[in-house]
This record gives sequence, structure tokens and C-alpha cells, in this order.
Amino acid sequence: MARIFTPQIITSNHLIEGDSIYLTATGSWSRQAADAVLMENADIAALTLTAANLQTGLHVGAYLADATHFREAFRAVGPSNYFHGKQAG
Amino acid sequence: MYIYNDFDEGFVRDRIDQFRGQIDRRISGALTEDEFKPLRLMNGLYLQLHAYMLRVAVPYGTLNGRQMRQLAYIADRWDKGYGHFTTRQNIQYNWPKLSDVGDILEALADVEMHAIQTSGNCIRNVTADHFAGAALDEYEDPRPTAELLRQWSTDHAEFLYLPRKFKIAVSGAKHDRAVVRAHDIGLYLRRNDAGEAGYEVVIGGGLGRTPMVGKTVQEFLPKADLLPYLEAVLQVYNLNGRRDNKYKARIKILVQETGLDVLKARIDTQFVLSKAAFKGVPDSIQAPIDAAFEPPVFNNTRSTVLDDALESDPLLQSWVDTNLAEHKNPAYAMVTVSLKAVGATPGDATSDQMRALADIAEEFGHDELRVSHEQNIILPHIRRADIPAVHARLRDAGLATANIGLLSDIIACPGMDYCALATARSIPVAKDIALRFEELKLERDIGPLKIKISGCINACGHHHVGHIGILGLEKHGVESYQITLGGDGSENMVIGKRAGPGFSDKAILPAIERLLMAYLDIREDASETFLQCFKRLGEAPFKLALYPVEGSQNAA
Ligand code: SF4
Repeated sequence: MARIFTPQIITSNHLIEGDSIYLTATGSWSRQAADAVLMENADIAALTLTAANLQTGLHVGAYLADATHFREAFRAVGPSNYFHGKQAG
Repeated sequence: MYIYNDFDEGFVRDRIDQFRGQIDRRISGALTEDEFKPLRLMNGLYLQLHAYMLRVAVPYGTLNGRQMRQLAYIADRWDKGYGHFTTRQNIQYNWPKLSDVGDILEALADVEMHAIQTSGNCIRNVTADHFAGAALDEYEDPRPTAELLRQWSTDHAEFLYLPRKFKIAVSGAKHDRAVVRAHDIGLYLRRNDAGEAGYEVVIGGGLGRTPMVGKTVQEFLPKADLLPYLEAVLQVYNLNGRRDNKYKARIKILVQETGLDVLKARIDTQFVLSKAAFKGVPDSIQAPIDAAFEPPVFNNTRSTVLDDALESDPLLQSWVDTNLAEHKNPAYAMVTVSLKAVGATPGDATSDQMRALADIAEEFGHDELRVSHEQNIILPHIRRADIPAVHARLRDAGLATANIGLLSDIIACPGMDYCALATARSIPVAKDIALRFEELKLERDIGPLKIKISGCINACGHHHVGHIGILGLEKHGVESYQITLGGDGSENMVIGKRAGPGFSDKAILPAIERLLMAYLDIREDASETFLQCFKRLGEAPFKLALYPVEGSQNAA
């Protein structure tokens, strides 16, 4: 029986600015979480992650994430104490 | 204060050149992140949730005006116009770009500052009593010891790859304001019966996952033996500390697993060797240190300016009541500048505020500033006659909050608003508590209270030693806040006790409110503090306030 797999996104931090970036359906990186491609299949997700992590000069270390988790929600927006980060555009 | 010599300066500049090269190679792709990470951490550069973070060392929390002004300049030029002062007496910048870090470090080096050893498994920035050299209850200034240890531990080849990070704190006063017993090594300056100076040495303290009160391993260590003794402690730890499990790698676990007596015997054996090899601190090193911490020349003229101003200025009176502490010189006072304006982020200062502090220190404060582990800024030497003028200047800068030692003087770590290790946010909890009690106007009535909040088990917010500690965790996919009660970070250090199940982010504020309302109801009178009341009555009435009905829906 196939394992239960919660759909996940692939996210990392930009090498220079350090802000969160997201792998899109075209294989490029976006700074907006809304552009992230949702990986529905565990094997494809693992393979895509391995490929993403070969692009070592672009970002700091990609990982699979549950986009609905509050940590990811904060990363996608910015800190709650100042209007800084993504929310400030 | 201590001024860098050519050796210090050369060392820092060389490190910047090296690190610039490493950054260039990382950006070009020649270094992978796995290769680069240990190099950036050695230079204080972390990666957080939204950006990099640069942690700058403030040795034993001491700064002069020029340095503070440069910190403001860095905040404006390369960050977002503010800095965050931490419980390790350091400052952190939350938004540097990797490509700017070399320039930032260069700007720091221009004022004898750096970010070396603010991360990694080495001896970290040595901390000390923020009232050093000024407090009425001080036996001896801890800064010369802290500076000697800074020089000894900086780039100490043998101790750069310890099993885990290593923190040392020093106090020379009757009251411990440096949470000395929560450090890997804690030092209390003491005098023996013959009047000679030495140290009580404490080892194995720490907060984090396994909080422990440090244990005294030497009641009285003669001053001259300090370096060989600490060398022996570090050598025994370096050899015997666990490297198989990072959660068991701190010296506190070694003390716990080995037993103090056995470990002490090993240290003593090693000490015989290190002492025999030690030739003493050369005068060329000791003399400049001693000279650097000579007290300033005080103006002892008495004046009635402050008393006169107090009669007509209730705001000044209320600030004086909370934010001033007794100086050794009766014509002076120690001023604590609160970085806890109600509703603001604990420990944050804008660049304008940093410049205002630099100006005030230069004009009124013998050019001295300190960062306290409670995330406030100290002006240690202010003449009492200048207090009204200093207060007015602080008020103009939005720095005159009168709350030191009270409910809203909360320690809060960055938590999940910034920190990559966090399991929940801390800052909004601190803000909500401060705002709510401002609304209730109960802060003064509640009196002395230390609330400390951490965003994960690492306990940077010292929650274990808060009279009320709050620990943010994740439970079932949401933030959950656990309360500890009765902690005490003073010379009578106590680890707080967990009160019970955690509270959701919505339920934590009402829980704190119930707790404090219960305290107001059950205290003997207004002079009994929250902590005294807790000690007298135990946890039962407080738990009842937190969990009014068994299995209440307030508990998440
Ligand atoms: S306690 Fe945890 S969340 Fe807070 S600063 Fe430390 S590591 Fe980060």
C-alpha cells in the first residue's frame, strides 16, 4: 500500500538576501509562496528536491515543507512585529 | 574601557579578509553551503527565517558612544534601521545581505568590534554584571577578569572545537545580576579571610533542554590561578564531554553524569599540570587591562537639582523610582534605559535611539554604556544633578519608559518571528501582556516581577529563571505556551516549575491575567512580591488560577 503523503512544496532561502524562495512548476525559483508548485507524489518530490539542491550557487538548502504549517506561513509573510520582509513587498 | 592593541586590531582585520574571500567563493559557487556554513558561523553569521542574521559581540556588554553610534550607522546603512540587543549582552542585525557582510565587519572593526566567536562550539562572548564598576554592592569590578578571559579565549587554538558552545559569566557584587549560575563556568569575585582576592568557581550551570543550577567546584581560587584553573576545566571538558549527542554535550551533562566530586578530582589533577606550565599573566598584558578599568573622575559636588525637579515632575519621579539604582558614589546614580516601551519589541532600539544614547553617554555619562542581559541599556555613571536633563533627552528619544523590574520589563527572545530554531513566537506574547496590563493599570500595583519568554527549548529568553516563565512550543500543529512558575535568576537561582498543560496563543494572555489577579488576591500585602508569595504558598493556588476547572477548555 502506498504511504500517505501530504502534498508539499519545495522551499529554500536565497543565497544573497537569505529570504524564502519557492520552486515553481517551471523549475524556476519565486520569492512568493503563492507560486510554489505543490508536489503530490512522494517519489517525484524527493527527486525534485535532490535536483534543486544541486543548484548550490543559488540558494542555501532546499527542503520539503508543508505549506499549511504556521512556520511556513510566517516565512511566506515576514515577522509580526514590523512590516518587514515579504509583506512589505 | 579597554582599547584594542595592534595585535587585536591585526587579528580582526585578518579574519575579515579571510571571511571576505570565503563569502566570494560561496557566491561564485566554489564553496557549497555545507562547506560555507561552519565558516560563516565562526564569524557570527546565521541564517534565519527571513534573512541572514549577524550577531555582534559586545564584550561583557560594554560600549562607548562611538561604538554605539557606529552600531546605529550599520543599522541604517546595511540593515533596517534598528538592532536587537540580546540576553547574551550582544546585538543582532536581522536583515544583512550576504554580499554586504564584509563591509559591515569592516565598519565594526573601525570601532574595535567584531562578530567572532558569537557562534560555534567555542568559548563565547564573556558576560558580566551590567552594573560593573558602578554598583554600591560591588566588592570588585568584574571587567578586568572578563577582559583577561576575552583575550585568553579569543582564537584559543585548543578550545575552538569543544564538544559544544561554552559560556562564562563574571560577577563581583553581592547581588548576582549576571545569572552566573546558569553558565558553563561562573565566577564570583570573593575575598578570603586574609583579605586576598580570588574567585568562587561554579561549573555546569545552564538553561536549555536540561536546565541546571551551576555547582561550586572551588570555594576560593586565588586570583593568580584563574587561567590555569579554567584551562584545566576546559581540558577535562574537551576530553570527556560527549560528542556523540549534541543534546548531551554541554559541561552540565558531564557534571551530571560523572558526578561533581569525580570531575573535580580530574580537574585538580589537570590543574597541577596546567599550573606548573603557567608563567603568570605578563605585565605587558595585565597592566593595560587594569588601567583600562580605572574608575572615571567623578564630580562630587552635591546639588539639589534632582530633588527640586522631582517635586514638580511626577513623570520624572516615577521613572526615578524604577529606573535608577544606587551608585558607589552618592553624587551619582546608575540609570537603566528601558528597551521595553509598552507594545514594542523587547530589546530593540532604532538607530535614532542608539545615537541618542551615544550622545547622552558622551555628554553626561563618562562615555560608558552597557547592554544588560535583560535587554536594556545601562548608563552606569550619571551624576544625580544631571538626571532631569538625561530623563528629558531620553523622553525625546522615546526611551523614558518607567518599568525596570516590573511586569512589562519582559525578556523575550526573537522566537518564530525571526529564529530558524523556534517552535513558536515570543514577541507577540510579550507585547500582548504589556499592552493588556497597561490597559488594566495594574503594573505598579503588582510590583517587582520578572516574566521571561523563550520561543523554543533552547531557552535564550531564560524562561526557566523567570518568576513567570513562558516557553513557546508546537503542539498538534499550532503554537502552544507552557508556563513555569517560581524561577529565580538571582544569587539564589531556582529553576521554575512547569505549571501544567500549555495554552494556545489565544489562551496564554488570559492565563497570565488570571495568574496575576490571583496573586493580587492572595498576597499578604502590597509589600509581598509575586515570587515571595509563590515561595510562601507554593504552586497550588497559582495552578488553580491557571486551570480553574480540571480539564478546562482554556488548556490546549
Ligand atoms: S530560545 Fe529558541 S527561538 Fe528563542 S532565540 Fe533561542 S533558539 Fe531561537
